[in-house]
Amino acid sequence: MSMHKISVNDRDIICESGETVLDACLRENIDIPYGCRQGACQSCMVRSLQGPPPLAAQDGLKEVLRHQHHFLACLCYPQQDMAISISSPTEFFTEATVIEKSLLNAETVQLTLQCKETMDYYAGQFVNLKRADGLTRSYSIANNRLHANKLSFHIRRLAGGRFSEWAHQELNVGDKLEVSDPQGLCYYLPTSQENNLLLIGTGSGLAPLAGIVSEALHHGHKGAIHLFHGSREMDGLYWIEEMQELASQYANFHYTACVSRGDAPDGVVRGRANDVAMTLLPSLKGWRLYLCGHPDMVHQTKRQAFLHGAALQDIHADAFHVASATLD
Amino acid sequence: MSETTATLYEQLGGEAAVNAAVDIFYRKVLSDHRINRFFDNTDMDKQAAKQKSFLTMAFGGPNNYSGADMRQAHAHLVKKLGLDDTHFDAVVENLAATLQELNVPQNLINQVAAIAESTRNDVLDR
Ligand SMILES: Cc1cc2nc3c(=O)[nH]c(=O)nc-3n(C[C@H](O)[C@H](O)[C@H](O)COP(=O)(O)OP(=O)(O)OC[C@H]3O[C@@H](n4cnc5c(N)ncnc54)[C@H](O)[C@@H]3O)c2cc1C
Ligand code: FES
Repeated sequence: MSMHKISVNDRDIICESGETVLDACLRENIDIPYGCRQGACQSCMVRSLQGPPPLAAQDGLKEVLRHQHHFLACLCYPQQDMAISISSPTEFFTEATVIEKSLLNAETVQLTLQCKETMDYYAGQFVNLKRADGLTRSYSIANNRLHANKLSFHIRRLAGGRFSEWAHQELNVGDKLEVSDPQGLCYYLPTSQENNLLLIGTGSGLAPLAGIVSEALHHGHKGAIHLFHGSREMDGLYWIEEMQELASQYANFHYTACVSRGDAPDGVVRGRANDVAMTLLPSLKGWRLYLCGHPDMVHQTKRQAFLHGAALQDIHADAFHVASATLD
Repeated sequence: MSETTATLYEQLGGEAAVNAAVDIFYRKVLSDHRINRFFDNTDMDKQAAKQKSFLTMAFGGPNNYSGADMRQAHAHLVKKLGLDDTHFDAVVENLAATLQELNVPQNLINQVAAIAESTRNDVLDR
């Protein structure tokens, strides 16, 4: 690997060896949107103007986009000089207004947005939310498909986090945001209704899972549905009563709240959500899994579930990668 | 009729057989303490795709594995993690156990093992 020249916005910059195109642009103060820096949110999508980009930088992109040489700047280590265009022609944003904001617990806020256009999404997908100055982050849709132009989100506040702190402290009812097209493959389809479902989430990872549960119950899913929600301590959990209430209404829905540290009060299990789930459900052959939240939890649970008999194609996951440092 | 002309890959059942084998094989490898560290810390979907192309090759199916690719793909494991004959043996053992679990006749298992065996020197970079 060595240094390569990148032509962008009528400028030539140098991409150092071992540096991604995204990092080079940011170092040179070039205005480029980004979010996760891990190839998940696709907000850093750019286009190569001189031939195909490195294949690895097109991971997860749709066929048509690959064809047009779009790629993810955060995954691209140039192998030759490149010319790129930043304006992403493909991501479609619609305007939305905050119509409700409430605290779910001390660190998690629920936002409900009224979108100008009707959104076509599946419960469990995520969107990119964009602030007026362009700052963009991914958040999972927390409701089911019934509310087609109302979307709700659970945003966990990270100390020093630019978007989440702002959403907690400054964003108010009546304010406007831009919302991208829904994305991601971690969603529920009302096919194979007999399959058992296992959903495991940490922190605000409950958001997409709650949407999936409500969608599945709405479609009269016949298999068992097991939801495990975990956090380190009690104050990281929320919706305990709501989920217990749902479990008492639907015989096939089972809910377990878990804390990995400190005392667990009655009705809450002590342990990591994924470990608790694996102990209670030793055989996952034929199960469909949904895993959302902390990237380490998602990674580890995928492996555990596979070893417990789940097929890889039945394991759906959204790791909540954050741009820097760790999310815990 | 055409028993003698069917290729090993066809006798095993082609792509469907590979698909049936890949999860079983990968699960065995991940649970095998002798070798699972070589498969750690990797994207599981990508890793499963790699197992699939390895099995396709070992089943005598269409593949574009070359000796040079084999070397390149494993060189860092040999250098950094000490990949050696014992680990190679363990992989072949898991491969045979997978086929037994799928009730593949022993003479076909032997042929698959022989193909896998033919890659030993490339994999171990010597
Ligand atoms: C597919 C997907 C779905 C997601 N869904 C959700 C969801 O439903 N709910 C949710 O809450 N989150 C979700 N996330 C995570 C979310 O997108 C954001 O990453 C998260 O909210 C943090 O963004 P931020 O702007 O607040 O933090 P950032 O400003 O990006 O900072 C992230 C962390 O780094 C630290 N940090 C920032 N700058 C520095 C620095 N210079 N030095 C050291 N540390 C620093 C911050 O303190 C913080 O802890 C999802 C992510 C993905 C990829
Ligand atoms: S995909 Fe590149 S920043 Fe998220």
